[in-house]
Amino acid sequence: MLGIVAYGAYIPFNRLDRKRYKEFFGEPAPPGEKAVANYDEDSVSMAVEAARDCLSAPEKPPFNVLYFATSSPPYGEKQSAATVAAALDSPRQVRAGDYTCSLRSGSGALLAGFDAVASGAGNALVTVADCRLGAPQSQWEQISGDGAAAFLLGSEKVLASLEGHVSISAELLSQWREPGERFVRGWEERFYISRGYNSIVRSAVEELLKKKGLKPSDINRLVLYGPSPRYQMALAKSMGFDLAVVQDSLFSTAGQAGAANAPMMLAAALEEAAPGDLILLATFGEGSDAILFRATEKIRDFRPGRGVKGHLASKKTGLNYNTYLKWRQLLEYEPPRRPDFIRPSAPAMFRELKKKYAFYGSLCTRCATPQFPRQRVCVNCQARDEMREYCFADKKARVATYAIDYLTFSQDPPTVLGVLDFQGGGRILCEMTDCDIDKIEIGMEVEMSFRKLYTAGGVHNYFWKARPKRQGV
Amino acid sequence: MAAKGITDKVAIVGMGCIRFGELWDKSLDDMIVEAAYQALEDAGIGPEKIDAYWFGTCNSGFCGITLSEPLKIQYKPVTRVENFCATGTDAFRNACYAVASGAYDVALVVGAEKLKDSGYSGLVIPPQPDDGTKPNYSAPAAFSLLAPAYFKKYGLEAGQGKEVLARIAWKNHRNGAKNPKAQFRQEITMEQIINSPLVAAPLGIMDCSGVADGAAAAVIVRSEDAPRYRKDPIFVKALSIICGPNHGGLHQDYDFTTVRETYMAGLDAYGQAGITDPAGQISMAEVHDCFTPTELVIYEDLGFSRRGGGWADVLNGDFDLTGRLPVNPDGGLKSFGHPIGASGLRMLYEMYLQLQGRAGERQIDNPKLGLTHNMGGFPWWCVASVCIVGKEPGAREGR
Repeated sequence: MLGIVAYGAYIPFNRLDRKRYKEFFGEPAPPGEKAVANYDEDSVSMAVEAARDCLSAPEKPPFNVLYFATSSPPYGEKQSAATVAAALDSPRQVRAGDYTCSLRSGSGALLAGFDAVASGAGNALVTVADCRLGAPQSQWEQISGDGAAAFLLGSEKVLASLEGHVSISAELLSQWREPGERFVRGWEERFYISRGYNSIVRSAVEELLKKKGLKPSDINRLVLYGPSPRYQMALAKSMGFDLAVVQDSLFSTAGQAGAANAPMMLAAALEEAAPGDLILLATFGEGSDAILFRATEKIRDFRPGRGVKGHLASKKTGLNYNTYLKWRQLLEYEPPRRPDFIRPSAPAMFRELKKKYAFYGSLCTRCATPQFPRQRVCVNCQARDEMREYCFADKKARVATYAIDYLTFSQDPPTVLGVLDFQGGGRILCEMTDCDIDKIEIGMEVEMSFRKLYTAGGVHNYFWKARPKRQGV
Repeated sequence: MAAKGITDKVAIVGMGCIRFGELWDKSLDDMIVEAAYQALEDAGIGPEKIDAYWFGTCNSGFCGITLSEPLKIQYKPVTRVENFCATGTDAFRNACYAVASGAYDVALVVGAEKLKDSGYSGLVIPPQPDDGTKPNYSAPAAFSLLAPAYFKKYGLEAGQGKEVLARIAWKNHRNGAKNPKAQFRQEITMEQIINSPLVAAPLGIMDCSGVADGAAAAVIVRSEDAPRYRKDPIFVKALSIICGPNHGGLHQDYDFTTVRETYMAGLDAYGQAGITDPAGQISMAEVHDCFTPTELVIYEDLGFSRRGGGWADVLNGDFDLTGRLPVNPDGGLKSFGHPIGASGLRMLYEMYLQLQGRAGERQIDNPKLGLTHNMGGFPWWCVASVCIVGKEPGAREGR
């Protein structure tokens, strides 16, 4: 049986209340709030977080295929899936690939993942993340939110089986962005809704239902991508679905996360699904993918780390629009009176791959002291070359002491420097992120998060930071 | 393992120190020439008497030529030393060993740093290419890590802790106001310090040392030769440099209320000088007050206060100019700024003046032994130096 073996999601901690648009621009704005990736997050870092949410069980199932899907890749040339794979400590013989450029790249990657599993490649991990930028004051900006989802696809221990799918390709200009352009642009909405979204998605859904001999009323959950909740509901209704089965679009809680939107909704639907439930996913973007799943008995046995529900519950509101502008580098500000960051060295990153991406240190086999980064000579007993690899990525840690740095340059001052003591031993000094400055204290629990420290010379420099332990389910 | 040391084998017979500050009108070369010739004049000799040179600079130049060119040294040995904030002291230490060994009779040590030409605030160490995993933080933030850890361990409320730190800055500025060579010569009130803008909470700008250009120099000879140069030479009792293994950055048993390198450098130096009761025997000290919490833990690491007692002692005025053990009588880094290569020698200059009774309105009553201390790096990852100098050879009783 082909299907989903595990799933997870990631929604950034920070939320922007859409009232802020009204305050800033003096114009009406849609209701609700949207999730905003911190300045140190992008589609790659969020994909890593979603994958970790998906693979949070103590026994991590292996995967041989890893796809990363987004419409906002950090590089025009350079694979992002390789970065995700490195951060997840994937085996070297993983088939990694990027699916980009389309709002449908998430569902495309899912179908490609199923094909890979069906061909005998083993499990496939599909990550989908988006961090799209609409121009200030645009509708795109108001609608869009940031987020990610991840699915482990396989043929054993399936919690939702793949029942069928239909894909339609349609060359139709709805939205686009040139390389080098920052903002998404769109054609007149009335055109692409009537001739695009409404007609193409309907065709895919109806074709799939027909193929499976099902009626809309047989579907327990309709995970329907929508350019906005209004269009989503209108289309669902016109296709004959009971609006009660339409999965919430996340519009008013997380925003519309592009290619990741429907996959995040799918994760949310799986969190609530009962065995036997039929779940229909339908996406849109230069065509449509309609994919039908049926929840199995195993749906009861699986829980993601936090999932959509947990991530939605764990948030920081109160973000100002000007801070958002600064995070997205949409505001020119005075540069720091410090030298510029230099790009990281490719040979040094190559040598320290496991440290930098998978967050490995070493453990002294003589005295059992974990240490980060890896050491040749033990800090505790000075034994030479008696180390083995030791991964800190999933270890719990507490703050031993901290500094709140108003002086060093940051897009989100102040920078918090934490001294972290890991459960089981080992200490690091690292930057902390997603902090509430007033609540930092010695002894507080933190968890590691994969982030982008800075970009220099066109190189995105990823590494781990600590964040206060997020609440969740 | 302990160093045998060269107690009383060498003496300082001349010193110089320029006025530190934002020396827009002076180049590194200008500062070097002025400090070197002050020291030579103080020793009553010309440059032809110098056999070898040591030059300490962290980042203002490379190689001994940075010294030989401005001084027009006539084809003699020059060693450039860099050891972060202990640079000046380490240059001095190496020159002392060379003279003690008999390899040279007279050495000149110069420490100099030009910080104010970069246009950046604070110190700038050029980064090495690396894997990009180092966290981004400022020096005050690194030292501010000491504050919450110390406050929590010894039960100080935030406000009380802030007052302790402010008292240190207040004292040092009070001393610096009496020093014509200091960058800042103004007393600052406790309120000004406590209310200064936050730099790295709880540290405000007034918890930080300044940024200055500066240079200082010393002439060293063997002790038996010293009376030929002056009647009041100052004898070198102990020289210690300790580099740590980054223990505190890797191991959980370091609690950020101490700097082990400072403690070990103190032990080493006290061993060399035969000091068993530092609080009772050391007359005065110049220590590395780069940030106020640094000085607080130094009191305890060097044995001037018992563990956990430093905060009460400083509030009690123990380290004031008139206290039981004056610390930073010249105003410290707080009043002088911290031109890295020069600072160690600037501290030594104050001990030299005090021991000779030439410290003017800062003069401490009949001091016998003076200590200087630097630390470079961060509390968990650093090099520390301790140097002890005395008025008389052989005297170990102190005050």
